[in-house]
Amino acid sequence: MRSRDAEDTRAYRAALAVGLPTAAYGISFGALATVGAGLDVWQTMVLSLVMFTGGSQFALVGVLASGGLSAWPSAVASAALLGSRNAVYAIRMSPVVGRGFARRALAAHLTIDESTAVSSAQQSPRAQRIGFWVTGLVVYVGWNLTTFIGALLGDLLGDVSAYGLDAAAAAAFLGLLWPRIAKLQAQAVAVAAAFVAALLTPVLMPGLPVLVAALVALVFGATNWLGSRRPRLGEAS
Amino acid sequence: MTAWHVVLLASIVCFGLKVLGYLVPARLIERPAPARTVDLLTVALLAALISLQTFAHGQQLQLDARLPAVLVAAILFALRVPFIVVIVAAAVVAAGIRALS
Repeated sequence: MRSRDAEDTRAYRAALAVGLPTAAYGISFGALATVGAGLDVWQTMVLSLVMFTGGSQFALVGVLASGGLSAWPSAVASAALLGSRNAVYAIRMSPVVGRGFARRALAAHLTIDESTAVSSAQQSPRAQRIGFWVTGLVVYVGWNLTTFIGALLGDLLGDVSAYGLDAAAAAAFLGLLWPRIAKLQAQAVAVAAAFVAALLTPVLMPGLPVLVAALVALVFGATNWLGSRRPRLGEAS
Repeated sequence: MTAWHVVLLASIVCFGLKVLGYLVPARLIERPAPARTVDLLTVALLAALISLQTFAHGQQLQLDARLPAVLVAAILFALRVPFIVVIVAAAVVAAGIRALS
């Protein structure tokens, strides 16, 4: 019993340690969406309440900010491509979250980088479940509160780049990327995708360079170029 | 398309992707090639977005205060400084350079 309590406590602590700083970052999303992309407060809130996946939200407002409303196909496609990893997280979390339609629908909504990461880091099924739900709920409530604050302040702030918020957004993406580029193959993909996106920017309409850069991943993924051979599932790693 | 259409369409698509994952049998995605590609797709998209947010100004490439800010962020991430501290540091560097220049 005591060890189970200790494990639960660890899951709660990890959930808060990851959830709270992530949630705080909603302020810059709110500011960028309103000032950068020109959305109103309610459109910005719908993104945080319904879309609720930070990378996709930033991608959408980022493309709209640079390309305007006419770039909407690229904006939606970028958001969808970045959101596609949540489908994979959902497959991983499917046995963790529990049963029942309402519970699984709510779990789907809370399936993001952070809830999946904290859950996956726990040992027992119980701690994994705690990690998923607590992280997801902390980020959801916090992210929406801070989005609202950022959206309101954004109107007062004027040009957000004067406060370095554009650099903060780039740094936040770098923070999400950092743990994923430990291996050579991932590093190669990151560098190649960054080059492709930058080089195509003057040539293609806004939003498309990101999508073309995504093809780099398909090429490396299909051929496993520079990849290490993975042990098959079930084998010792 | 109004801004509302774009917001609602993209939100529904992203929520739909999450739901889809709970409907897919696990064995499909656990094979090595799809799993690897999904991981690398995230890497490529994030790297491309970082590149654009650092260098793009509309459809032009531009070297400005963002690059030193992102480099500082990279160094701090390498030193395992907490996420939120790095974000603030990057904003401060960019804002500081812009205020001085």
